[in-house]
Amino acid sequence: MRASIGRYWYAYAMVLPVVVVIAVLVLYPLVQGVYFTFTDINESTIANPVLDREASYEFVGLRNYLNVLSGDASFGAFWATLLRTVIWTGTCVVLTYGTGLGLALLLNRPMRLRGLYRVLLILPWAVPAFISAFAWKYMFNSQYGIINQLLGSLGLPQPVWLGQSDLALVAVIIVNVWLGVPFMMVALLGGLQSIPADLYEAAEVDGATPWQRFREVTLPGLRSVSSTVVLLGVIWTFNMFPVIYLVAGQNPNTRILVTYAFERFFSGASRDYAVASTYGVLILSVLLVFASFYRRALRRQGELV
Amino acid sequence: MTMTLQATAKPVVAAKRGQRSRAASFGLHAVLVVASVIAVFPVFWVLVTSFKPDERAIEPSPQLVNNSSLDNYVDVVSGAEGSFGYWFANSVLIALLTTVIAVFLSATTGYAVSRFRFPGSRPLLVSFLVVQMFPFAVLIVPLFNVLLALGLQGTSIGLVLVYCTTAVPFCTYMLKGYFDTIPTDIDESGRVDGLSPFGVFWRLVLPLARPGLAVTAFYAFLTAWGEVAFASAFLSAEDTSKTLAVGLQVFVQQNRVEWGHLAAASILVAIPAVIVFYLVQRFLVAGLAAGAVKG
Repeated sequence: MRASIGRYWYAYAMVLPVVVVIAVLVLYPLVQGVYFTFTDINESTIANPVLDREASYEFVGLRNYLNVLSGDASFGAFWATLLRTVIWTGTCVVLTYGTGLGLALLLNRPMRLRGLYRVLLILPWAVPAFISAFAWKYMFNSQYGIINQLLGSLGLPQPVWLGQSDLALVAVIIVNVWLGVPFMMVALLGGLQSIPADLYEAAEVDGATPWQRFREVTLPGLRSVSSTVVLLGVIWTFNMFPVIYLVAGQNPNTRILVTYAFERFFSGASRDYAVASTYGVLILSVLLVFASFYRRALRRQGELV
Repeated sequence: MTMTLQATAKPVVAAKRGQRSRAASFGLHAVLVVASVIAVFPVFWVLVTSFKPDERAIEPSPQLVNNSSLDNYVDVVSGAEGSFGYWFANSVLIALLTTVIAVFLSATTGYAVSRFRFPGSRPLLVSFLVVQMFPFAVLIVPLFNVLLALGLQGTSIGLVLVYCTTAVPFCTYMLKGYFDTIPTDIDESGRVDGLSPFGVFWRLVLPLARPGLAVTAFYAFLTAWGEVAFASAFLSAEDTSKTLAVGLQVFVQQNRVEWGHLAAASILVAIPAVIVFYLVQRFLVAGLAAGAVKG
């Protein structure tokens, strides 16, 4: 151990600040957060130096977990919310990845105005997400929104998008896909450009059809980028808070696990920190389980993340 | 690295251009035009709305121009509607501090894990990926508690520290991938010429990693500039201490629907972000490809 410190002291010195920051602001809070899930901490029992008040929360064992996992509606109907979160994440990632890949393939061709298309298509990424969320909320308005105006002029029904129905979920999925496509597109475009051109030439010489070239050259060449961006996409979407919060507000039809945790933290009558933390720990557990399955599946295909 | 890749991609490209039929070419452009319109339209619509008075913005049949003027911008900038100046200053301060701290920290760490196989480097990298998975929900209560204890609750510095915990792990991952593409020969020749490990990093590798650093800085800046959850939870309720992402919500609360003013404020907020974005966007493909492929 001492030998390795002597040999790598500069590496450790370079890493140290980050380790300290992560330890103080991620690991310590994580441990504390897990502990909070076994207590009844809320706004009136948390320690508050400003009010000169000591902490007075107590250990309650597994009560929070039992309450949440019972699926009771007063604790956010956990299982129904989990299902909605999975639908939301799956739909968003599939649509974002599919659209991103399609656009990346088109943009990877030589053509006029290619630079312009790229600049325009990246715009949803350049604009801060909360601004786009406001824009979509405005466009989805049932009375004066441009989307219903457009549907009406085509003779289609003009639904109440952000009301108390599953259409609200459709609406936020549309917004999130719109926001997420540029990242996928740019990452996959980078992946496409790193596929050696002679592979395509060889395939063409061998008489491969465009579809065969796509399946046998492009997709395998993208596998490493794809596995990374899909994993990141799942994690980000699963935890996507601002889009839902700003577009739909506290709508039970768009409630996913994170937005409910925030509701409990921020806007409930009693600011129930313990239940918010319990949701946090459960979200983390779901993601960890998913990530380990995902890595195992990739490893089976001989591809390591 | 990417330059050579692009250069090798060119010949095929030229060969294919001649082959594409006119119909295929039309289809290609049609799809891209439609996609571009969808990508741009919401932003364009905010721009159009930003010139309309609030009561015109909620007319049932939207028009491009309707009593349009610069009044909304004047109101917003002069502070007649909301404390826009304060929000803007808070956001700039928080985003810049986050960028500087996050880029510096993730550059040193990314370099260390890229170059030195020291004991603990592998677990460190894995832990960065795991930290990506942490929902703010699991950290929000304890972080609130930590900030309370440190006396930083409700301050900008507290929020900067919180943002660094999200930005640093991802940036480190991306920069590690970028540093991996810089040949180690450069480091070795630097050491032979008598530079210390820090000297090699600072004088030789950092300048070469500029595209990667730009992407990282951009990511950190936008993370802080657009964050909603922590900013809503951790900043004090006073109007003057809010960031833009929190402050702008006052325009669309239940009894106040001021879409015109909101749109004008939004355009003013989007401009710095879009400028930063397009300054670094030519590095984006290179940086992301390096980060994602080698990550």
